[in-house]
Amino acid sequence: MPAETVLFFVFGGLAVLGALNLVLQRHPIHSALSLILVMAALAALYLLLGAEFIAAIQVIVYAGAIMVLFVFVIMLLNAGEEERTSMSRAARYVGLPVAGLLLAEVGYLLYRAWPEGAVVEADKFLGRTGPIGRLLFTDFALPFELTSVLILIAVLGAVVLAKKEL
Amino acid sequence: MTDWIARHPDLVFAVVKIVLCLFLLLTAVAYLTWFERKLIAHIQSRWGPHRVGPHGLLQPLADGLKNLFKEDIIPAGVTSRFVYLLAPFLAVSLSLLAVAVIPFGPEPVEILGARTGLHIADINIGLLFVLAVTSLGVYAVALAGWSSNSKYSLLGGLRSTAQMVSYEIALTLSVIGVLLLAGTLSLREIVEAQAGHWSGVVPRWFIFPQFVAFLCFFISGVAETNRAPFDLPEAETELVAGFHTEYSSMKFAMFFMAEYAHMIVTSLVASLLFFGGWLSPFPATEFWSITRYLPVVLAAALGGVLLVDVLRQRTGWHRLIMAAVGLGLLAVAGLLATQETLLALAQGPFWLLGKTAVFLFVFVWTRATLPRFRYDQLMAFGWKFLVPLAVLNIVVTSFLVAWRAG
Repeated sequence: MPAETVLFFVFGGLAVLGALNLVLQRHPIHSALSLILVMAALAALYLLLGAEFIAAIQVIVYAGAIMVLFVFVIMLLNAGEEERTSMSRAARYVGLPVAGLLLAEVGYLLYRAWPEGAVVEADKFLGRTGPIGRLLFTDFALPFELTSVLILIAVLGAVVLAKKEL
Repeated sequence: MTDWIARHPDLVFAVVKIVLCLFLLLTAVAYLTWFERKLIAHIQSRWGPHRVGPHGLLQPLADGLKNLFKEDIIPAGVTSRFVYLLAPFLAVSLSLLAVAVIPFGPEPVEILGARTGLHIADINIGLLFVLAVTSLGVYAVALAGWSSNSKYSLLGGLRSTAQMVSYEIALTLSVIGVLLLAGTLSLREIVEAQAGHWSGVVPRWFIFPQFVAFLCFFISGVAETNRAPFDLPEAETELVAGFHTEYSSMKFAMFFMAEYAHMIVTSLVASLLFFGGWLSPFPATEFWSITRYLPVVLAAALGGVLLVDVLRQRTGWHRLIMAAVGLGLLAVAGLLATQETLLALAQGPFWLLGKTAVFLFVFVWTRATLPRFRYDQLMAFGWKFLVPLAVLNIVVTSFLVAWRAG
């Protein structure tokens, strides 16, 4: 097995394990740490594809900024362990099968809708920093700007809500 | 075995360079504590450490041994044992990790018949890597403060997280001006973009066109390392020691190692981005080529001073240590003077480390000089002064770059 494949399975497995741990942990901080692990593993996967810029941005934005705020808020509120209730009967008999069905459906649709040659091979990704920036300011200028306006509105909303409390 | 090594020279070089870099960095961290104590002492008209070894030179070793053999206490009330133990390891490993992408000299040099670069890894997003690693450093402080389950630790951790998140923005924004001028994220190419001289005298370092960015970068860098005058997370008059109050023994020392390693990395990046990294400040003309021998002169002079100092030492083994270090430096000087290849190899690291040493001096100097910020002053300074200044710098620089490009 080539080294890329081994590394793919290592980091892919790490991401899946982190995601499982995120759901199963009872303490919010442990869940947040698992989520950081997932993001770091995803960054490593991007790196394997050769998308260095996206990998670095993934770490800086998600692990370095957003998750810091998560941890900060959990610390600030001093959130304790969650209570675990025994699963309700409806969830056991209806919820689990429905969830499984949904998963199978999404998997099947993805499998069907997969265009030929849409898979990026290891280290073949050509989106270095320059081309990504150019795309963002030409082909994707409108969605890019709209996203930033959306974030700005969210920030303004937060400020307005906070002002009311003061 | 030798066959295998011959077939994988890159791998062998990588391992050797990693070991060498870590060893040098950890030694530098240890002696930075000595340097800081000594310098602050002299600024305050004291002697500083002077008992263990000549001029207290063995003090870092004594401190290290003391911390290793102290009782390691884990408080009974820790919120989460795993997180409590994880935090100091995160702190050290993240601050050491950044050195992996620092280039210490120009591209490939020949060592023992094989070609390699004076860096561990040369990735084309080196600067982003440094920013990403330092941005993760927040977790160590936040988690240490939270998991200790103590009021002082928690308040210190909260303060520190807020401070690091705020100043990270100013830090990242201030770097963009340099990126606009260099047009690349690779640390090596950023340094190469600073080669040459204006009118043959002034080096083309980014400090001149990007002076404002440098001020923002360095101030935020000091704030990111949680050092004076931004050391509110460990303000001892208010918080005992802040986030590491409940840590003892080596785990306590690890937070200190992380802080000093972070200082070194910030100084290295500042020299790379704004002061031409490994480039010599002198023009590359025949007249100035004599400055190649500066490392020789410096090593010889320092060795000579130390040998004279032998006479001032009272105890026999202090004399022995000083004589050994002095003779060693003289030997290095002799080796560099006679071996042309070694001298050429030493140029890059000499200038980069020299510039770094100046920044480290400034770090200690500010700690000895400036009083601590008040918390609201700190936040106002970061958000209302540094961030707008960095944004203004980006706007002006982009206009100038666009105007020059026509």
